[in-house]
Amino acid sequence: MAEFSTPTTEHEFAENFAQLKPLMNRTEALYESARCLFCFDAPCIQACPSGIDIPQFIRQINSGNDTGAARTIYAANYFGNACGKVCPTEVLCEGACVYNLQEVKPIEIGRLQSYATTKAIQENKKLFAPGADNGRRVAIIGAGPAGISCACELRSLGYEVDVFEAQAQPSGLTVYGVAPYKITNEETLAEMAYLQAQLGYSVQYNSPISSREQLAELEAQYDAIFLGIGLGETNELGLPGEDKINCTGAVEFIAELRQRHHEIKVGRRVIVLGGGNTAMDAASESARLGAEDVVLAYRRGKEEMGAYEFEYDLAKGVGVKGLFNVAPLEIVGEDYVTGVRFIRTETAGGRVREIAGSEFELPCDMVIKATGQAKRAGFMSLIPGLETDGKGRIVADAVTGQTTNPKYFASGDARNGGAEVVNATAEAKLAARGIHAFLSK
Amino acid sequence: MPDLSIDFAGIKAPNPFWLASAPPTNSGYQVMKAFDAGWGGAVWKTLGVPVVNVSSRYGGVNYRDKRLVGFNNIELISDRPLADNLREIEEVKKRFPNHAVIASLMVQSRQEWHDIVRASQDAGADGLELNFGCPHGMCERGMGSAVGQEPRVLQMITEWVMEVAKVPVIVKLTPNISDITEPAQAARRAGADAISLINTIQSIVGVDIDQFAPYPIVDGQGTNGGYCGPAVKPIALNMLKNCAQHPDVRLPISGIGGIENWRDAVEHILLGASSVQICTAAMHFGFGIIRELTSGLEEYMLDKGFNTIYDFVGKALPNVRHWEDLNMKYKVTAHIHEEKCIGCQLCYTACEDGAHQAIKLNAGTRVPEIIEENCVGCNLCSLVCPVEECITMDRTDDGTQHLTWKQRTEAGTAPTEFNDEKAGGRHHWVPEPAAALGKERHKTLPGRARVISGETEVPAV
Repeated sequence: MAEFSTPTTEHEFAENFAQLKPLMNRTEALYESARCLFCFDAPCIQACPSGIDIPQFIRQINSGNDTGAARTIYAANYFGNACGKVCPTEVLCEGACVYNLQEVKPIEIGRLQSYATTKAIQENKKLFAPGADNGRRVAIIGAGPAGISCACELRSLGYEVDVFEAQAQPSGLTVYGVAPYKITNEETLAEMAYLQAQLGYSVQYNSPISSREQLAELEAQYDAIFLGIGLGETNELGLPGEDKINCTGAVEFIAELRQRHHEIKVGRRVIVLGGGNTAMDAASESARLGAEDVVLAYRRGKEEMGAYEFEYDLAKGVGVKGLFNVAPLEIVGEDYVTGVRFIRTETAGGRVREIAGSEFELPCDMVIKATGQAKRAGFMSLIPGLETDGKGRIVADAVTGQTTNPKYFASGDARNGGAEVVNATAEAKLAARGIHAFLSK
Repeated sequence: MPDLSIDFAGIKAPNPFWLASAPPTNSGYQVMKAFDAGWGGAVWKTLGVPVVNVSSRYGGVNYRDKRLVGFNNIELISDRPLADNLREIEEVKKRFPNHAVIASLMVQSRQEWHDIVRASQDAGADGLELNFGCPHGMCERGMGSAVGQEPRVLQMITEWVMEVAKVPVIVKLTPNISDITEPAQAARRAGADAISLINTIQSIVGVDIDQFAPYPIVDGQGTNGGYCGPAVKPIALNMLKNCAQHPDVRLPISGIGGIENWRDAVEHILLGASSVQICTAAMHFGFGIIRELTSGLEEYMLDKGFNTIYDFVGKALPNVRHWEDLNMKYKVTAHIHEEKCIGCQLCYTACEDGAHQAIKLNAGTRVPEIIEENCVGCNLCSLVCPVEECITMDRTDDGTQHLTWKQRTEAGTAPTEFNDEKAGGRHHWVPEPAAALGKERHKTLPGRARVISGETEVPAV
């Protein structure tokens, strides 16, 4: 019997995917905010990629100024609510909390942040207003954390903003990629609706920009173009049998899970390939969907995994088993996956070496590849003069986000190679100011 | 185990913990329950001509997540007929003959005082407490603190009581007066056996910022009440000390004000109280707190080798002196124990903004450093530090010298002119005023936040 039974209703799904950071009530927020020391030159602020004035908003919550707290958060970060829930706070603000040094539980900053912003959203507090129309227009490609944040900041600076999004919903991976126990679709979309209602940018959904002609049209119609295009599909492994049914990419699996919840099917025995945070998510999610046996297979040692320790702990906590120093050789099966053939490896001098003769087969009925996402190289090649670095990331000014094609600015995963929501939103806010500086010259 | 029993001006009790005259002693039911739980005595809710109360009677002061660090009430004296209260006093005394039951009294005329004193004695009260302290409602009618604020009136009424009193009489004093030793001396002149203090402090406990009315709100309006709870202990301790040290008071004192745990009680006792009265803590947590009170007091007494309460009543009094008697050669300096520091830098900002700029920050570490030559030994850093024993105030003088302000004045070495070279801070380093400008803007809101919030412009491309 698995740790979780397969959810068959929305209610059961919600139980299996219960929020890791549930909403605080006023009493809990009061108690938790009361613990904050109000450090000078607070390490939590320094640890926040979006530089939220954390002690300030916690103090505001404690004094009953919840709306002021939300204002403080949103002044730094348009994804204030989402970040409170999806940020790896354990390694950011909460990890920097001085209480850790006293072996006292750090302040639950993420939950306090969600508390204040959720209240503002639910009560529809007016916190934003577009700036006076400056007559200039910016097109934004991608309605993810980078694109929406850039849109918000540009609207507040008086720009007309049109966002073009290939998918049907805004917020990018926040609604298509983050594990469901970190944030619900409703929460994500409520924040998006809240921002759009107050700042008034337009978003055209199901509108992929994929041709030179479309780009040329945007270039003609807009003063600047912002790229918040994120990353592409899961990398191919180049293994035999990769095309078998039930061998899927983690990003695709999670996107489907976020949209279809309990209606998606997971295998009974699942092997997840990879050692990053997405692998941890996919493994956890498989277990919570009722898979009896979930194995996380990684080609290096446990301590070499890219995933945060707390993410691996989360996966272990729902029954996921780690299998280390194994490299997949082949996805086995007829039409459907029936197993993975591995070879054992050892790491020497930082290099992974396969151990000859150590091949073995592990049966399964589903394989999830969490082996990184491809860059959108094809799309980028449509933009004249747009340079990418050796890893396929868009080259842009560190502060302004301006690319090597001066009309184009970029932020988020496409530029940083794949980071957190908070990194995308912070970079994009700066990029919007970079666009403003460029167009104000 | 040490002996907690007391004989307070002739009133005997198994321990010094009495419930103060207040809502917890409104009925025989409550007092019996308290004695059953372990309380040593109870001062009955004030008897007099029964009152009519308003609804909405209490207000609280909360600090961060802590409730009722301060508390006030606009309730009056007992609203129950005298006969009911007396019958219940009798019943309690029958069931608990060794516990102290004290009748608190408040009436107006000499005849009324005579009548109620006799009736209380007849009911078996072990003592009487004259309520000259209530600072709300009753004082508007010429009773309570209206009496306590007029030593001559207080003396006269106490003399009326003494004319017929056969049991010990305690005069309860109001803190709503400049010098509490004046009514205390009046009580002694009138022949009272003891005093108790403090009663509540006239207060507005807070204002409802939406309804624009003070708490507690009665139909959109409010009135001043009487303040009590943990927040008033420092005021009570000072007034207790004033009475205990005064050469013309010399009466047993029942200490009241902000006592919630054994430590508070010990502090009252060390400053001269030989019984203590508690109300707010019982109203907040119930009678069950008595177990912690007695346990803590016993452990303390065992630890110190005290056999009875009287071994330490007033033991701290000789060390409470006038400012001019303090040794100015004594010097302490802050010391940060680096291994305990968690880097919150509260000490730094407190000293920088609120004291003497004697702590600095160094690059590469969050542990602040004391600038010893600037440290005046004010204690502030050690008070704000959230880690136990992380900042200690260590003695740095050699302990051989002693010089007080009084001695300096007598010796003519005290500053006497505006620009006197002998000014204490004359050679103390202070930064140039303009050095303050912008000094910490990048720290109180770190750089990235400042850029993202738009305060710092992104440089044009």
